[in-house]
This record gives sequence, structure tokens and C-alpha cells, in this order.
Amino acid sequence: MTDSKYFTTTKKGEIFELKAELNSDKKEKKKEAVKKVIASMTVGKDVSALFPDVVNCMQTDNLELKKLVYLYLMNYAKSQPDMAIMAVNTFVKDCEDPNPLIRALAVRTMGCIRVDKITEYLCEPLRKCLKDEDPYVRKTAAVCVAKLHDINAQLVEDQGFLDTLKDLISDSNPMVVANAVAALSEIAESHPNSNLLDLNPQTINKLLTALNECTEWGQIFILDCLANYMPCDDRESQSICERVTPRLSHANSAVVLSAVKVLMKFMEMLPKDLDYYGTLLKKLAPPLVTLLSAEAELQYVALRNINLIVQKRPEILKHEMKVFFVKYNDPIYVKLEKLDIMIRLASQANIAQVLAELKEYATEVDVDFVRKAVRAIGRCAIKVEQSAERCVSTLLDLIQTKVNYVVQEAIVVIKDIFRKYPNKYESVIATLCENLDSLDEPEARAAMIWIVGEYAERIDNADELLESFLEGFHDESAQVQLQLLTAIVKLFLKKPTETQELVQQVLSLATQDSDNPDLRDRGYIYWRLLSTDPVAAKEVVLAEKPLISEETDLIEPTLLEELICHIGTLASVYHKPPSAFVEGSRGVQHKRLPARAVITLVKRTGLSGSNMGAGLGVAPAAMPASLGGAPAVGGGLGDLFDLGGGVGMPTGSYVAPKTVWLLAIKAKGLEISGTFARRGGIIQMDLSLTNKAMSVMTDFAVQFNRNSFGLAPAGPMQVLTPLSPNQTIDVSLPLSMSGPVMKMEPLNNLQVAVKNNIDVFYFSCQYPLSLLFVEDGRFYRQVFLATWKDIPNDSEAQFQIKDIHLNSDVASNKLQGSNIFTIAKRTVEGQDMLYQSIKLTNGIWVLAEMRIQTGNPNYTCTVPRIVYASLLHSQ
Amino acid sequence: MIHSLFLINNAGDLFLEKHWKSVISRSVCDYFFEAREKAVEPDNVPPVIRTPHHYLINIYREKIFFVSVIQTEVPPLFVIEFLHRVAETFQDYFGECSETTIKDNVVIVYELLEEMLDNGFPLATESNILKELIRPPTILRSMVNTITGSSNVGETLPTGQLSNIPWRRAGVKYTNNEAYFDVVEEIDAILDKSGTTVFAEIQGVIDACVKLSGMPDLTLSFMNPRLLDDVSFHPCVRYKRWESERVISFIPPDGNFQLMSYHISAQNLVAIPIYVKQNISFFETGSSGRLDIAVGPKQTMGKTVECLVVTVHMPKVVLSANLSATQGTYNYDPVTKILLWDIGKLNPQKLPNLKGSLSLQSGAPKPEENPSLNIDLKIQQLAISGLKVNRLDMYGEKYKPFKGVKYVTKAGKFQQRLSEWLLVHTEV
Repeated sequence: MTDSKYFTTTKKGEIFELKAELNSDKKEKKKEAVKKVIASMTVGKDVSALFPDVVNCMQTDNLELKKLVYLYLMNYAKSQPDMAIMAVNTFVKDCEDPNPLIRALAVRTMGCIRVDKITEYLCEPLRKCLKDEDPYVRKTAAVCVAKLHDINAQLVEDQGFLDTLKDLISDSNPMVVANAVAALSEIAESHPNSNLLDLNPQTINKLLTALNECTEWGQIFILDCLANYMPCDDRESQSICERVTPRLSHANSAVVLSAVKVLMKFMEMLPKDLDYYGTLLKKLAPPLVTLLSAEAELQYVALRNINLIVQKRPEILKHEMKVFFVKYNDPIYVKLEKLDIMIRLASQANIAQVLAELKEYATEVDVDFVRKAVRAIGRCAIKVEQSAERCVSTLLDLIQTKVNYVVQEAIVVIKDIFRKYPNKYESVIATLCENLDSLDEPEARAAMIWIVGEYAERIDNADELLESFLEGFHDESAQVQLQLLTAIVKLFLKKPTETQELVQQVLSLATQDSDNPDLRDRGYIYWRLLSTDPVAAKEVVLAEKPLISEETDLIEPTLLEELICHIGTLASVYHKPPSAFVEGSRGVQHKRLPARAVITLVKRTGLSGSNMGAGLGVAPAAMPASLGGAPAVGGGLGDLFDLGGGVGMPTGSYVAPKTVWLLAIKAKGLEISGTFARRGGIIQMDLSLTNKAMSVMTDFAVQFNRNSFGLAPAGPMQVLTPLSPNQTIDVSLPLSMSGPVMKMEPLNNLQVAVKNNIDVFYFSCQYPLSLLFVEDGRFYRQVFLATWKDIPNDSEAQFQIKDIHLNSDVASNKLQGSNIFTIAKRTVEGQDMLYQSIKLTNGIWVLAEMRIQTGNPNYTCTVPRIVYASLLHSQ
Repeated sequence: MIHSLFLINNAGDLFLEKHWKSVISRSVCDYFFEAREKAVEPDNVPPVIRTPHHYLINIYREKIFFVSVIQTEVPPLFVIEFLHRVAETFQDYFGECSETTIKDNVVIVYELLEEMLDNGFPLATESNILKELIRPPTILRSMVNTITGSSNVGETLPTGQLSNIPWRRAGVKYTNNEAYFDVVEEIDAILDKSGTTVFAEIQGVIDACVKLSGMPDLTLSFMNPRLLDDVSFHPCVRYKRWESERVISFIPPDGNFQLMSYHISAQNLVAIPIYVKQNISFFETGSSGRLDIAVGPKQTMGKTVECLVVTVHMPKVVLSANLSATQGTYNYDPVTKILLWDIGKLNPQKLPNLKGSLSLQSGAPKPEENPSLNIDLKIQQLAISGLKVNRLDMYGEKYKPFKGVKYVTKAGKFQQRLSEWLLVHTEV
């Protein structure tokens, strides 16, 4: 007897029959009927019409029947919300059941019913279950909070469930801890700045303890959460690494990769000369190799991540080249990834081996793979100079095979080799020319034409060759046409006497007979150049080209850093930052590797060019300005102190009062005043819109011009109701830092356009720089002093802040509210010296020293320069 | 987390769906079908597929695609590992993981999926725990159930669920207490045409079958633990003791499980048990060729090589093969172009040989691709790396268990590349 019997139907109509059975008196018949309903549901049949009948079966002592009914409910409650409410009583009753399995089951199922009316009733039972004596119930309840949050986030916040969830991180049972972490992480993903997972050394310690004892899945959640933590110094970082390392030997590959992520990230903080650093590097290789003996799908994800790891730290796997050799029955997606990593690991030491392999691959069956292999040979030549000659001869061997796609691919890469090593391998051109006729792919044709044009002086019949291409000019793809045009012009400049006719022909083809604007433009430019100043034309067209290098294949370093922080995630599979593609994660925070990098960067400041100047302007320029009380800048240090109240605790970031930005007379009756604020890590622009005209205003929208820090509205301006005459409306506009960047004068200037149904209006305002101070701006104490000393004197600014009647602790607390962190404090001769750090949204660090003389209301501030953590986006 | 799961068979029929959050329309699978079509071979479907609103992460097991849908950033390895776990659980419950068995047990499948994942978070994936929650179907039980009306679902909380050893249930009792370990090593190797090793490594696992009463605490030690420098353990193994003493100390799960896997890549430790000599040539004129393959023992440590099978992927132009084998049987499949030679036991006194002629498509050019040769074999009572278990000690319980260790070596992905086609002029 199998379950396939549940799929048999009768003529009378399935639903009708099931209905009768569900209402049967016999328990057994009922259960069988519910099973039939579930079976239909699994294959996507609509059995929602049976809702009331199935719900009637819910009141039962039989656990299996109960579970089956629950399964049904979860699927169909949404479509029958009024009916679903019938189930509530049973749920509430089950949440009080003496059997923990039933309590957990009830709270779990209730959370899966995505009906508003039900969620209201869920709150009380959930609250109880979160504090249940049985850990099984607590861990289920933790997940339920995440479910509820997905349905109604506001409700979860209002009911204080988030705090309860945070408390569960300290639960005595590791499984509960793991689920609490998982739930919080999921909630945090939809609230990137909510600071839900407030990690500090104590919680980290709890997580590390739970890590050893929870299930493999729990370990993944905890490790991923640990990876978001920033250790305060290298000692802490090392101790975390030590406790995470055993996870590398876990049988679950996801655990291994998450552990690798934590280690790769925290390793950044360890000094390179530390013995432990070397040990750790050695420990990373074997688990990565082991991942490659798993199932193909796992291998694929592992390989994508290894690709990142070898770019960041090639030393880890440099001796493991052979594990990346391709087996012929590997799936194609594994083969291509292995190939890519082989090239990344290629070096003078192993190049012979690699080339032998690549040559082998070039004779495989799979066309895509063969092409990639041929291309790889070219990349080797460019990467390892000593091997170039051998690569070229291997490519020539392959060309001799006359296999069409191999020849074409080989020609494309030989072109690149010429560009890397000009005037070295031109002897092979003759061989290439023999294959001219077999080229039918645009890329290969274009490459060949480029070669002929570039070396026209050495090819006797270059004009004939190019002429032969010209015959079918109109049928060629744009790529080939452009290349042909350039090649013939090159030829003409090199051999002007014989080729005049040819060049005229191509110029007229390009400019008169073509619809392609690029081609026409290029044609006209050449034409003008040739006709006005042939010498200049020579200089332009035959100019020396920059050499290409292997780096074109590498991931750009800042992106690589970010991706290393995302090892094991989808981002690592796609090699794109999560912000680029993950849906639903609004304004993902960009993650960066921790600190040691900063120190090395300090040294670079000495070489700073004009870009650095732009950065330098930031703090010193703005801060003294605020001292003069210039209201426009509103909110340098002076303003930050100015908060009323004055005692003790950090009170959050300072918000200046609103000022008028746009006068009604200039804007057909619309007056705008506003200010900026930073709340919970989100920058907001608070606006008051007043209608001083006689007619109603609607359709508001707002846009920013490019600005120094890439501020941009994170969403549309929400003015829901029309603004009637004499009405004022307050709007809060969240801002993101993802807009285009352009340096403004002054630096904090922001040009805004506001549109309504009447017109578009422009105004500019200035935001306080403290708006840009981020929450994780605490510099590492251990390296602060060294960094401080390394900063040259000429990038220092000093100024005084007057009339502050606060002692140093209060001042420091107050500043912390605006994300200015006091790293250290010293008292010398009655003077309190506060050493402080600020980090700007674009990664610039500002270090400051503040001297406070007890009793003297004037503070002296030294702001030396800025450590360049990441280049300004603006270049 | 994991949002939904679709099971799709090789013909492209979607035969089961399960949603852990809101219901996602099965039309999302169209993106999968598109990728499936593009990949031609089912093995080549990319594991991660991006669609406008979701990500599809899939595995291909036993001719079934397990396609999971995720919506937010989730570690893909986590999803893939979980899907493998699902496939293994089906295998464990129903004896095999196939479309038929899944359809036959659809309600249990549904109950299992519900128990394994909650809101996309793994809930219970250990086979021990699942079996306490949902009993696997047996003929006897379904009969008893029909008569007595009792159910397949456990009424109490699984004991292992919350202890610090979630993998073991309490109150295990056996009349015969026994613990058996299988050391299984697979050789992965690529040999070049002359038989020289290009790359070789050993993938080893120790599978355990432990049926011991109570809460036994076991320690397994090796004669030569130094061989093992790259190991992955079952969660029950105490890593600290391995680090400090190189012994495997653990409280075992009940029943069958994989205790550890290891990986030996130092090439001097990887012995290659056999050699293959091959010669495949084509006549330049005419439409035929010749094939000659001979196999012999190399480093077998005095053991017999069994279950020897040689597989050759022929170029497309080969229509048929007329060969004779001195030992075993051969078969050439003209559709897949696979020549399979099943040799059986390797007799060192009389070396097996396969030779004869190949007929090719007339007028076809010389084959472009090089063939590859795959080797399957088995050697009983030998771990090719030389790994040897020293002893197994049990603490915490008083009875004396039966103990045993078996060794076996197999070929994993063991392949030899063939020489380029030799063109021979026909003698006139």
C-alpha cells in the first residue's frame, strides 16, 4: 500500500467525495481523507474548497492528523482568511499543552499562517513561548519572531519581541542561541542600519561558546554573524581565530566556508610577522582543497570563492595547482572555474605544467571549454613573461590543427600577446595570414585585421589582405568595420604611396554609406586629420599604445575586499557586491575588511596628489567654520556641544533647527525650510513645505545634484495629500550615499531641485559634516598612536572652540552621540587630552586630539589628517 | 532562507512542491527549464540560477532535480548541503530516492520536509531525530497501522533534540553490541598517455556502523595517524583530542554514519595500482581504425585487483567496433560512443588484452578530439594509503562489544589520457 492511492480519482468528482470522507465519523477514514487532500496539494491541485471540512478535523488527539491539518492550513489560510480564524482557538489552546512538542508545533504553525487577523492572536502565545521552560519551544519561538516580522514588522517592534530575541542570545541552550542569531540576522537584513545584532566582546564570547555545541546549521548562522564583528585589537582577533579554526574540519562544507570567511577577515588584523599568522595561512589550504572533492554543485560554489581567495591571498594555495586540473567528466561549470583559477595560480615555477594541461584541454570535446582553454594560454603568456615564447609556440601548434574555432580563438589571444610584447613575435604573422579565409567570427576577424594594420610595414601584401576584407564591408559587423577603417588608415600612414585609393575607398564607405554613428564619426575624424595635418595624424593613429597587463582580469581591489567579507554568499558566487543584485535588502551596508590595511595606507598619504587635497579639506575646513558661528555649516564641533541639557549620557546626534532654504517669493509661493539629521545610522533630510500661494500644490518630487559625498534621496519624497494654501507639511526624506560624486565648493554644499505641479525650483543648502560620521568610526586603539605619529605635520589643522562649559567626560559622551569616538584620554599638567576618531561614510578616517584645560571654557582641537582608507569615488 | 522546493524529473515534469513561507508560483521554474535546455546534459545545469526576483539553487540526484527557491542573501553552500541532506533522507527512508518512491510516499515526504525546515531554517536533519518524529514506512508497520489505527508520527519530543549530543538518542538497547568500521579509499588520478601521473590524490572515508547500547564513549586510534593532515569529522568527534593526541574520540550516533573523511594529496603516498597500455590508430585512407588496449598490475601491494572496468569515450565518427577480448566482455554503444570493457578480476599471470578494428563514418575527417579512458577497480583488504587502525576502546559502558575494521580501495575519478590519433597509411 503506497501513497499513490491518494491520487486515484473517481468519476463523481474528487472534491465531493473527499468532503464526504472528511466529515466521516470514523477517525481512520478522516485521516486517510486528509492525506488525500495533502497529496493533491503537493502536486499543485487546488483543494482550497475543502477548507472548512479540513479545519474541522483539527481538534484531535492524534498528532499525525493534527500535523496534516496544520500542513493544509499553512498552504490555504491566506486564501480563506475568514475561515482561518476558526483555527485560532485550537492554536491558543495547543500553546498551553503540557507536551512541548505540541506547544512548539502550534506556535510554529501559527507563524506560518500569513493572515493579519491571526497574527494579532499570535502575540500572547508567542510571548509565553519565548520564555517557555523547554528550550525546544524557545528555539521554535525564536524563529517565529522572524516569521512574524516578515508579515508585520511594526507589530514585532511594538510588542518588544526584538528585545526578547536579543535576550535569547544569552540563553543557556546553544540551539536557542543559534536560532536567535539566525532570526535576528534575517530581520536585520531588511533593516540594514537597525543595529539589531549589537556585537560586543561579551556577546561574541557567548556566540563562540554556543558555536561548539550547536548543530551544523546553527554553526553557519553563528559564524556568519561573527564575520560581521570588528574586533577591537589584534589580540581579540587572534583569540577568535583560534576558536573558529576547528570548524575548518567540519564535514559540512557550508560550515567550512563560513569559517574561512571569518578567518580571512580577521586575519587582516593580525601582524604579518606573528607566528600565528603563518600557522593560520597554512591551516586554510587543506579545507579549501577538500571542498573540491565534494559534489559538483558544492565544488562550483567553492571554486567561485577560491577564485576570490587566490586573488586576495595567493600564498594560501600556491602549491595546490594540481587539484584544479580538469577531469573530463567534470560538469562544464566546474571546468570553466577550475581553468580560471589555474591561470590565477600560474607562475614561473609551475607554468610548464599548466601549459601542458591547457594544451590537453584544447583537444577536448566541449567547444566552450576548448575556447576558454585556448584563451587561457594567451593569459598565461601575458601573466608570466618567461613563458610567453612557449605559449606562442603552443598556440601555433594549435593553429596547425586547423580546427576552425581553435584557430579563431588562438588569433584573438595572439593579438593580446602582441599588445603585451610588441615587436617580439611578429615572425608568426605569416602563419596567421594563412588562416585568413577560415575566420568567420567577428572577434577573430577584427583581431586579424588589427594585426595586419599594426604591422603593415612588415607584411608585404598588407594592402591586398585588407582590400580583400573591404569587398564585403557592409556585411561585416560594426566591430570589424571599425577595425578595418583604423587598419587601413594605419597602412596609409605607413605606406602612403601605394594605398591612397584604398584609404579613400574606406573613408567614403565609412562616412557616406554607413548608418553607424560611431563608424561615421571615426571616419570623419580620420578624414579631417589626414587632410589637415598628416603629421598629427601619424602621432595620433600610430601613437605608442600602453601595454596590457594581467590586471585587466583581476577584480578591482575595493570590490575584492568587499567580496572577501561576503565569502560563502550569493555575492561571492556572482562576484558582485550584494547591493548590486540582492532584492529586498535596501541600502545594504558595504562591508570592509578590518584595519591593518589602514596603517599601510597612512604611509601613502605622503604621496598624496590633488585628490588627497580634496579629502584634506574636509575636517579642518569645516570645523573652524562652525566656530565662527556660521549658521550655514551648522554642526561642526561647536554646534555639537551646544545641545541643551548638558549632563552625562550621549543623547544622539545633534540636529540643527530648521532654516529657510527656499523663499516663497522665489518659488511661486512654495517655502521650504529644513535641516539634516542622522538617526540610527540613516541620514535624513527633514523638510517643512509651506504653501503660501492661493492654489493647491501636488505632485512633489525631489532630486539632488551631484555632490561631494554622493548623497542622494533613498526613495521618493512622500507627500501623500495635496498641500492646500497656508498649509505646512513636514516630510522626512531618507538619504543614501549611493549617488554620483562631484567635489563641491564648499565641500558640504548640496544643490536640490524640488518639483511640484507648478514648476521646478532650485536651491542649495549645506549639510553638517557630522551627518557623515558613521557608527563604526572607532579607530583601533593599538594602532592609533602609531598612525597619529605617522601623519605629517603639514596635514594638520588646529583651532579653538570657545565657551564650552563641560568637563572632558561629558564632552566626550556628547561627541560620541554624533559618532565622534574618544579612543584614549590622557591628563597632562591639568590638561585633559582626548584622542578621537571619526570615520566618514566614504571611508576617510579623521583623527583628532582635543585639549581641555579644566576651568577654561575654550578647547583646543588639533585635527591632523585623515587617513585615506578608501579612495574617493570621484576620480 | 530557503523559501520553496520543487522536485522535477528528467523529463521536465514538476512532481512535488513545498513552500516554507508564502507560496511561490511554479512558473518560477521556467527559468530553470530554460537553463536546463541550454545545458543539454542534465549534469551541466548551473547550480545557481538568477531570475529577476529569486535565485534558484539546484542539485541533480538520482535523475531528479531538487530546485530550491531563495529570495534573500543565503549562503548557497548551506542550501546545497541541505538539498543533499534531503536526498539522503529520502534514500534512508524509502531505500532509494526516485520519483516513484517519492510519489508512493508523498505524505511522509511532506511531513519530512515540514520537519526538516521551519521558515526556511533547518529544524531537524539528523536521521536519528527524524526517525523518532516520523517513523519510516515498513510493510509490517503499515499493516499494523491499518489494523490498529495508530500513526506514523512520534508523540514525544525526540530525546536527542536538545541534549549536547543531538546526534544520539537516549535509551538505545541491543542484544548484540557491535561496532564496525569501513575504511574506504578512492584514488582520483589523471595519468598522461605514457602512464605517468599528472595528478593523484586519495579521498578516504571511514564509515561506521555502530550498534551499541547506552551511551558508549569510543576512542579509535591509528598506527600511522601522521598520514592524515586534512580531515573532516562528523560533529560527534572531539576535535581537541585529535589536535593533541591524534586519536578519534567520540560518542557515536546510533546506526550508520560517516565518522570522518580525509584527503591525502602528497603524491608519493598515492600508489597507482595498474597500468594501461593503449594504441588507437586510424588509417589515413579508408574508413577504419585499430584499437589495442592492455592492462596490467603496477603497485597492488600483493592484493588482487577486482571489478576492473575500462571505459573509453570514442570520437563521434566511430560507428562500430569489432574487437576481441582475452578476458571479460566488451560493449560499444554507438549512440553514446562509449566503449565499455568489463574485465573482472586481474590475473597477473595472464594479462587481459582487447584489440580489433573500428569502423568509421566514411569520408569523415580525422577526429578532432582526444578520447579519454576511465578506469574502475576495487581492491579488498587494502587501504592504498597504508592507513591502519590500531585499536578501538570503549568507555562508559560495561559490556564487551564486537569490533571489526574492513579496508577497501576503489578507483574514484581515475582517468588516463590517450595519445593523439595515430594516422597510419594503409599498405597497398
